[in-house]
Amino acid sequence: MNGLYLVAIGNVPAQALDWVEDATAEWFPLPIRRLPPLAIPASAYDAKRGQYQSVEIMKMLVQHAPRDASRVLGVTDVDLAIPMLSFLFGQAQFDGPIAVVSLCRLHQEFYGLPPEESLLRERTAKEVLHELGHTFGLVHCSEPTCAMSLATHIELVDAKAEQYCTRCGMRLVQRFTSKEATV
Amino acid sequence: MKKNWPILVVDDEDVMCESMGAWLREDGYHVDTAPNGQKAVELAKCMDYAICFVDLKMPGGMDGIETMMEIHRVRPEASIIIITAYATVDTAIQAMKEGAQEYIVKPCNPQEISMLVSRILKLKKLQSENAILRKKLNRQYRHYDIITKNPRMEEILALTKDVADLRSTVLIRGESGTGKELVARAVHFSGNRAEKPFIVVSCAALTETLLESELFGYEKGAFTGAAAQTKGKFEMANGGTIFLDEIGDISPKLQADLLRVLQERRFYRVGGNQEVEVDVRIIAATNKDLAEEVQAQKFREDLYYRLNVIEIHLPPLRQRREDIPLLAEHFVQHISSALGRDVSGISAAALKVLIAYDWPGNVRELENVIERAIVTCRNGMLDEQDFSWMQRNPGQPQNWEVPDVSLGELERRAIVAALERKHGNVKEASTALGIDRSTLYDKLKRYEIVH
Repeated sequence: MNGLYLVAIGNVPAQALDWVEDATAEWFPLPIRRLPPLAIPASAYDAKRGQYQSVEIMKMLVQHAPRDASRVLGVTDVDLAIPMLSFLFGQAQFDGPIAVVSLCRLHQEFYGLPPEESLLRERTAKEVLHELGHTFGLVHCSEPTCAMSLATHIELVDAKAEQYCTRCGMRLVQRFTSKEATV
Repeated sequence: MKKNWPILVVDDEDVMCESMGAWLREDGYHVDTAPNGQKAVELAKCMDYAICFVDLKMPGGMDGIETMMEIHRVRPEASIIIITAYATVDTAIQAMKEGAQEYIVKPCNPQEISMLVSRILKLKKLQSENAILRKKLNRQYRHYDIITKNPRMEEILALTKDVADLRSTVLIRGESGTGKELVARAVHFSGNRAEKPFIVVSCAALTETLLESELFGYEKGAFTGAAAQTKGKFEMANGGTIFLDEIGDISPKLQADLLRVLQERRFYRVGGNQEVEVDVRIIAATNKDLAEEVQAQKFREDLYYRLNVIEIHLPPLRQRREDIPLLAEHFVQHISSALGRDVSGISAAALKVLIAYDWPGNVRELENVIERAIVTCRNGMLDEQDFSWMQRNPGQPQNWEVPDVSLGELERRAIVAALERKHGNVKEASTALGIDRSTLYDKLKRYEIVH
């Protein structure tokens, strides 16, 4: 069975990948495997903005995706952006195999506050569910507590629950149970 | 809903198109991307984009403003958002002058762009709903929705156009179902008040006190249950037209109140002591002969003359039988599509049945009869048998107009008609006429009727 691969990109806190694995295992009925950590590609760095272009990181993930990969989720601690937007919590190929989540803006320290590990774990889980949800064809949800609701700042991430709403959850179930669907 | 609004991203940088496209797709939109203006215009020719994000600076070929103008030529409704990294007030002003809806500087905050997109799409949704409603409204009240080739009706239509822009009161007379409200709407919607309200009040449907508060409104505490000041129909119709249907049925007190409104365009709300002034055109309608009601002292003479400035007398359907086929065809098309039934028309034999009938309920009755026939019709065409139930219950003429002929001629016509109805059976015809057979023979001889 094709697997869901997790990979650390650059310097990522040790337990972060465990959190990601826990959240993933709860919702996705796929074997979860880990890839050896990858270095951040030099091409991704945008010196003018002091940020990293997520498209370059996703391109790298495509190159490193194993043959039996259903999905590849990269986890990084650097600040991601795209040319149009000042930052991203993460990005995914809609209904595609690649996604990336940045922990940078999930740390309390980013907002000048003392670190809070449990909050970082919660936020990480929410963003992982969000980006993986996109790779399985879920679009943004209008329910603010659903993991699929669009968060454009950290308060909106905190307003979400670590789960999908019933409607999005059911769509995922259909995705995994219908005969036509390819996982 | 979102998927109905395709979005185009135009930028010479691949990474920009790719990342912006991916971000918007996550929101559920259909997104296309184009690396230059030429490709963007080509795509716009095939797809009705709701929003186009266009980069201002694109090397070689068309720049952002040129691209925007070309897209607008193909898709005038598309909202263009100009993107630039080199924001200057001048280019922003130029882009907006040339028709850009918004101007954003990259990189921008995700929240900003998300709100911008949903704001534009909300507006688009309202605009498209508005366009659909307007179309519906226009279709409903176009002049040519009064279908006729009857000279008297054509004269009436010409008159409605002539008086449309005036504020003069119109009195529409006609049996029920002849289309009095349709004519009133035609007057209102083809005149300079068309954009203002058209308010219908059915005077016969309400008791005197209810009608009074309905027409003039009431002040808080005017009567039990009057919890707040409420506007009446006259105030609601301000600037537009009020259509007072069944005006012949209003009480003497209301006749007096109405007279005052007609004279001064002012009134008091029920329980109020402050005068309210309105600019309202009044169109009244009745199926009664108001002149007769005046004679019988049931209707105020002064009010009658105030109302009867422009009089329109709608003929009953039986006096415009030539319109029956036209109307029948119209209703068949209209009703079958509204009911989702596949009925393409009406046969000549069926039309004959409809033309022969007297239609005491006039056009409204015809419409209902066609609807009933469409509902029960089993073929794709309305035929005689779809109206067979009508022949069993022939309509009784309500106000049978006596032709201007001699008594003898009247008798001759009655005999001919009876013979036709009974297919030449003299016995049955004589029974129907209430005379015996020998008398009928005598009369046939006298009137030289060959049967």
